[in-house]
Amino acid sequence: MSDSVERQSVEVDIACVGFGPAMGGFLTTLTKAAAEPAGENASGSALESRVMPGMPIQLMCYERADDVGFGVSGVVTRARGIKGSFPDLDPAAIPMAQSVKAEKMIYLLDPIGASRRPATLRFADNVLRAAGKALPVGRDHALELPYIPPFLHKGDGLILSLGQFMQWVGGQVMGSGLVQLWPGTPVAEALIESNEVVGVRLADQGVEKDGTPSAGFMPGMNVRARLTVVGDGPVGAVGQQLDEKFGMPEGHHKRDWAVGMKAVIDLPESCTWEAGTVLHTFGYPEPEIFGFLYVHPNRVASLGIFVPSFLESPVRTSYRYLQHWMQHPYLWKQLAGGTLRSWGAKSLQESGMHGEPRLTGPGYARIGEGSGSTNVLSGSGVDEAWTTGVMLAEAVIELWKAGKPFTQEELDGAYVRRRRGSWVEAEGRIAKKSRDGFHKSFLTGLMGMGLTGLTSGLLNVNATAKRPHERIPTLEKYCEGRIPAEELAALRKKAVAEELPLRDLIMNRLGWPEIPYDGKLLVSHQDALLMGGKVQANPGYADHVVFRDAELCKRCGEKVCIEICSAQAITAGEKGGVPRFDREKCVHCGACLWNCSQPRPGNPELGNIEFRAGSGGLHSSEN
Amino acid sequence: MSGLQIVVCGSLVPDPLQTLEPATTPTGPGLKNELMLPAVLDPWAGHALYEAANLAKSHPGTKVYLVSVGPKAKLQQLMMNIAQKVPFELVAVDASASGFTDPFEVASALAGAIEKIPGLDRSRLLLFGGCSSASRDAGVTLQLVGEKLGITDQFLGVDELQLQGDGSFKVYERIEGGQYQVSTCQSAPAVLGWATGKLPIPPNNPQVGMQNMRAIMPALQKAAAVKVGAEGVTYDKVEVPNQRRETQIKKDLSVDEIARELVEWIRN
Repeated sequence: MSDSVERQSVEVDIACVGFGPAMGGFLTTLTKAAAEPAGENASGSALESRVMPGMPIQLMCYERADDVGFGVSGVVTRARGIKGSFPDLDPAAIPMAQSVKAEKMIYLLDPIGASRRPATLRFADNVLRAAGKALPVGRDHALELPYIPPFLHKGDGLILSLGQFMQWVGGQVMGSGLVQLWPGTPVAEALIESNEVVGVRLADQGVEKDGTPSAGFMPGMNVRARLTVVGDGPVGAVGQQLDEKFGMPEGHHKRDWAVGMKAVIDLPESCTWEAGTVLHTFGYPEPEIFGFLYVHPNRVASLGIFVPSFLESPVRTSYRYLQHWMQHPYLWKQLAGGTLRSWGAKSLQESGMHGEPRLTGPGYARIGEGSGSTNVLSGSGVDEAWTTGVMLAEAVIELWKAGKPFTQEELDGAYVRRRRGSWVEAEGRIAKKSRDGFHKSFLTGLMGMGLTGLTSGLLNVNATAKRPHERIPTLEKYCEGRIPAEELAALRKKAVAEELPLRDLIMNRLGWPEIPYDGKLLVSHQDALLMGGKVQANPGYADHVVFRDAELCKRCGEKVCIEICSAQAITAGEKGGVPRFDREKCVHCGACLWNCSQPRPGNPELGNIEFRAGSGGLHSSEN
Repeated sequence: MSGLQIVVCGSLVPDPLQTLEPATTPTGPGLKNELMLPAVLDPWAGHALYEAANLAKSHPGTKVYLVSVGPKAKLQQLMMNIAQKVPFELVAVDASASGFTDPFEVASALAGAIEKIPGLDRSRLLLFGGCSSASRDAGVTLQLVGEKLGITDQFLGVDELQLQGDGSFKVYERIEGGQYQVSTCQSAPAVLGWATGKLPIPPNNPQVGMQNMRAIMPALQKAAAVKVGAEGVTYDKVEVPNQRRETQIKKDLSVDEIARELVEWIRN
């Protein structure tokens, strides 16, 4: 947008982008400090505003979703940082919160014979099946592991609905009267002047799909701030902009991803799982797909799967895989008769410390998942993100009270120093190489995780990380030996002619059975969008998913963006050309950003799809 | 007419697209997981609020109040969104908004809160609200509020209000067959229960939000708690209709195609 556009402008002390766990930690810590008096005999705030002298520090937080805690996400977390912020935390105060009571790790065999398993895994499966005839192993096509490695253990933790938790946190920080938290307000970009971040610009409204001003054009407001706190997650527009503008630190990259597809369900009366039960699964529907299930109070469970970037398939689909996973005999005997209450999806940045960007710069600091805080060994991100927010808040308090500016040097000394000395960093360093093995093969990756975890990072499997597009084989290669070339060509032709995604055609042909919809738990993808939530797409905003180069799309033979799209918002284009994007279906999971098989000219770390700032997303029914 | 005082009655309802499941709660009939359901401003009340703000914009000196009966915590959450839409001053009453409430008691709470608005001048008062509610009410609450405040000029299903220069106003009420009944009212006070009105939902305006929020947080903090439930009432049975959806979202279907699908659905 041209600077010639006249914009409203406001000045605040601190502008915050995104309201996730990291920002929750930041604002909780900061508001507690700001609520304290300046001194024993003073009545003002301990953190007095610089833009409004006499008032407490002016904090403005913008969130693109239409409400706080919009997305569905069950999590199990040791909650060390969260409990540090709320020492007297009573789980009963937070809807759906529950202490962990029992934890199991289960290896799921393939009861159908359709998953793509390496020969060694097939052999192991056969041994388990044979043993299962005599011993209590391998029953229900599953093996409950007798031991959960300590690095994966969440035994002293909490099961949370992240949506409910964030609503609770949002209520607390808003209730303090010290923060203005604005959902439904996407931040388009950071305002950068002379290489310094001086605030943010909100997204324009009243524009066409391509951003051209139309009737009711309302230019996005400039919010000028002394400090801009960026916590917009792994696919946030501002984080991406800063990565591009200032570059990643030498050797760092964001090449490992996963899409988490999740649901909240009412468990049937027959289910014997008790509240506090935690299950981790691996091995099915594809070996690379991990699953989770957490039981909340009142016979409610959060469950889902993670489809990683190292699943080398051009027909990745998380929704259908979720349904096959739920129907695995080990799970289905408990889940059959259950009802879908809520559904959603999210991208996860799984590069861990490999993906740590520049944490600070002049006028800005980064926190949370987008700052590389997720521990890829323990599979834990929420508490780590929260803690990075707490650390930044402590740094801000220190600098503010000392009257120091938010230069990169000062932020490094106050914030980065805290991170480097924290448990988040110490555990993140151990975990740093734990997933590298997956860049060689699934089994190498699994062994690598075990090796790293059991030796606390002393021994690792080393491998060079591949870019996401380098992990995507052609469809022909993927189906080699399983679908004859002529038949594959016919399927592809059918998909183009009927403008269908290929995933169902290919999966059906590879032996995956059709989903027996029951209208309750097994429902069509579009029904999940309606029953499990509601997509908010406020009118007047530009499309946030943009296909940069039409020619690249036309030449693309895989179009993984269509296959992986969590909400069928990206669909086949005319004659197999540029895909169509429907903003009214997009759940903002961001999977399209890293599921493009066409490297971007000039920057092969990225694909041909841009994921920009957008309003709305999925509002899960009960999250 | 200038310098009106427009009081809009409206509160939150569970998002209308959610599947709501009735349940017996410790405080009587309610919805399963009610406090966890996403909430929106009742759409009909929303139309009333946007119409009020539009009138205020073109009539200097007009002030808009939003009087909401609802759980304080949920109201706070709702305000984060609504406050960005149009300028208004919130009057909050902390109570259930489940829909399993008694319209008479809700009306009493609303009327009581309105009467306490400082400087309220009945000769300039227009009482706005939705002609109905998405929270399964009996469609009588607004009329009851009007009666309690002694306002006898009441219009329901309003889509348009035209203020005249002499203080009178013309009201367009929906009647059957897509027709309007057009009435002229000599002056305020009056009750207007809005249908959909004619205005789109306003875009989020951050500056409006910041301006509103200065008064909203104090209003929430001093919200008095009242009881509006039908205490002692029980219900024998409430069921959600059985349904099995097989949704296909299609756009740009022709009228003929839509009609054909409907006929096929009815035949089946």
